[in-house]
Formats: sequence, structure tokens, C-alpha cells
Amino acid sequence: MESRKEDARRMVSVTINGEMRQGLAEPRTLLAYFIRETLGLTGTHVGCDTTSCGACTVLFDGEPVKSCTVLAVQADQHQIDTVEGLETDNVLHPLQQAFWDNHGLQCGFCTPGMLMTSVALLQKNPHPTESEIRHGISGNLCRCTGYVNIVKAITDASHKMQKEPAEV
Amino acid sequence: MFPSAFEYYAPKTLDEVYGLLAQYGDEAKILAGGQSLLPMMKLRLAAPSVLIDIGSLGQLSSATETAEGLSMGALMRHKTIETSHWPHYPLLRETAPWIADPLVRNRGTIGGSLAHADPAADWGAALLALGASVQIESRDRIRHMALEEFFVDLYTTALEPQEVLTRIVIPVPATAATFARYLKLERKVGDFAVVGVAITVSLAIDGTVAQAGIGMAAMSGVPFAAHQTESLLVGRQLTPALIKEVSESASQEGDPESDRRGSAEYKRSMARVFVERGLSQILQQWESTQSA
Repeated sequence: MESRKEDARRMVSVTINGEMRQGLAEPRTLLAYFIRETLGLTGTHVGCDTTSCGACTVLFDGEPVKSCTVLAVQADQHQIDTVEGLETDNVLHPLQQAFWDNHGLQCGFCTPGMLMTSVALLQKNPHPTESEIRHGISGNLCRCTGYVNIVKAITDASHKMQKEPAEV
Repeated sequence: MFPSAFEYYAPKTLDEVYGLLAQYGDEAKILAGGQSLLPMMKLRLAAPSVLIDIGSLGQLSSATETAEGLSMGALMRHKTIETSHWPHYPLLRETAPWIADPLVRNRGTIGGSLAHADPAADWGAALLALGASVQIESRDRIRHMALEEFFVDLYTTALEPQEVLTRIVIPVPATAATFARYLKLERKVGDFAVVGVAITVSLAIDGTVAQAGIGMAAMSGVPFAAHQTESLLVGRQLTPALIKEVSESASQEGDPESDRRGSAEYKRSMARVFVERGLSQILQQWESTQSA
């Protein structure tokens, strides 16, 4: 963008995983890239970059959205949560632990998005049926597992979280 | 993938929006939830030089229900509609879960969807069936227009460069016994409709159809209202024989194109199946309320 006379970048401030962070972004910078490249949180993955796969899912004011289809400037003054915010004091979030225990991932590329969608799903609906889980994650594609173990993991986590309610 | 560079504004009031529209006219695009516009900009199918983000206009994100009807703000997200309860308008809750996927529904808005005017969009079909109109505002005037007139052509609406779509208004149905179905054929979850059929039927106490609305997605170059089929229903008793007759009529309406999602013949055939299936389910549902 050397040819442009003025620097079109503007300051974007977000509360990300509870921490206030800011960085410069061009209006056309997508939130996924702002999180990864400007804020250095590379847990959020960019998969298809065409609003299909959900690997880039983050919580935007608590709701899971595809961060490749949100502008960074739209997130200014908003709250973002990414996969990095799930574990506390080196203890995995119950959903992360359940994905581990149930072999809910193989290559792991879709996992950050799956986790963020599942976190929001269990917040809204702590006892989802299998069908509700499958509909709930229908915006997140996994090309390895065939989804069976992902559904199992989310079910497992929902049982464990009833016993010991967790943060986030 | 990045969109072409653009200038970004996030006005806080409609007045500021009008000022920006006066300044930039058709160089500017209005950004609502961005779930259609941003993908198009990333693919460089759209390259507006100015984006006016109306996401901060809070007054456009709520609905008001009166005796006359339901007035929905253009910025209401699909998810909000999916989880709202308006018993007089069952078609809204029937349709919303079919739009894209849950993540897109958390962000996309009803007004954005209508202004995008995709002929395969689910809201287009449903809101035509509901006989909705749109409220369009500019600095100088507020006008109301039947949704059918709002859809001019493929991805083209009656909005002038200075105007903003602010509300969607659905008239109250003719009777309290209103039933609805949205049936959609999609190749995979979250895809555009191969064919979508939205049906709303209001029945009189004796089971006569007092009012009927049938809207179709991907059956024409614009979202399509099947008026001929609607008129076959009104004033008659909903029976399996009538359902058979009107579903044949429905398959002859519209002007579907053969494309990679299916041939025109296949789409017509699916429209017939969906009208028959939807009306049969409605009949069954009504009968069960009668015997209860």
C-alpha cells in the first residue's frame, strides 16, 4: 500500500481473553488475521477463508462467529475470546480435556473452532442431545474424525461440567 | 484473502448515515452483519470504495408487535429471530434455522439478507409468503413498499443510493389458526437452497383457508411469490385432494434456471413435492388441534 498517501490504518482495541489489547489495522483487515498477526494469538486458525469451515471461530461478545468474515475494525471496543483463553493455570478446560480423552481430534486443525463453538453451545444448553450437538457444530467442518468422537467429547464434557461448573 | 481497500465509517445515528450517503452515493455500501457482503468483497466480486457500518444503530435491532402486525428492525440477527417467540408468525421460527449455519446466523441480519437480494435466500421466500413490506428511509422521506416490489432483479433492489432499509413489517394473519412450514433442499448444511418453499396458511374455524402465502427460493431470478397457487387455496377446505391440485400448480409457477445445483425440471419437481409435503403437514397439525 506504499502508493497510498495517508496511512489508512486505525487503532483497534479489543478485550481478548479478558485482557485489553490494541493494534493498528487497515479497515480491510479481517479479524482472524488481526488476532493472529497483530495480536500474535495463532491458536485461531484460518481454514477455507470463505465462510465455510469455521476453523477461525472465536467468541464475539460471547457469540461464536467466523472471524474470517468480520472486519477487525468491527471488533473495536468489543470482547473477543479465543482458544488461548480456555485453559486456566495450566489446567485444560473440560472441553479441551474431553477432546483429548475421547480422541476428538486427529490433525487438530479444526479443533480451536470446534472448541469455541462448543463452549458457547454448552453455555446456552448445558445438556444438549446428540442431535442438538450435531446441529450446533454444523458450521464447523472436520475432515478427519467423521465427527463421531467430537460429538462424544462434547457429550462427555457436558456431563463433567455439570459436576464441576467451569469458567468461560 | 482480503477485500480491496476501502474507507470505513461506523456512524452512530441514521442522520450521520444519510450524510455519508449524500457524500459518497453509490460508491458506498452499507455493512450490516457482513455475512454476504464481506465474502463477496473477499472474492472481489464487490469492491465498494466506502463501507458504512450501521452495526451501532441499536434502534434497528429490535422488534415491536402490535395488533396490526410485527415490525422488525433491519439489524435483527437471524439467531435472534430463531430464538424469539411470536406465535402469530410461526413461519419466522420455521425458516431461521435453515439459514446458512449457526455461526453465520449469529452475525447475519434480516435486513442485510433482503438488501443483498439473492434469489435463493431463505428470508426472501418466507417474507414474501408473509406478505411483508419494507420501510425505507432517507434524509427526505420514509417510504413503504411491498417486498415483492423491493426485489427488482438478481441481487438488485429498489433501494436508491441515498436510502437505507430500516424495518420489515409483517401484517397480522387473518386468523389465529396460522400454521407454517419452510422446506429446503440443500446439498450440504449451510448451502444455498436448490429449492426452498415457504408456506403459511391461516384457517377459519371450519377448516377453510382464510389466507395463504407461498414463497419460493431459487425458483426465479428474484425471490418469488406463488400467487396463482395461493389463490387456488383461499376460500376452500384444506383436503388431500386440494393439496394435490395446488402442488401441481406450484410446480408450474416461477421460472427456475438449470444450474450446477439442479436442472429446471428437477427444481419444479421439488417445488411440487415441497408444497404437497408442507401443506399435508399443516393439515395434519390442524387436525390434531381439532381432535385435542
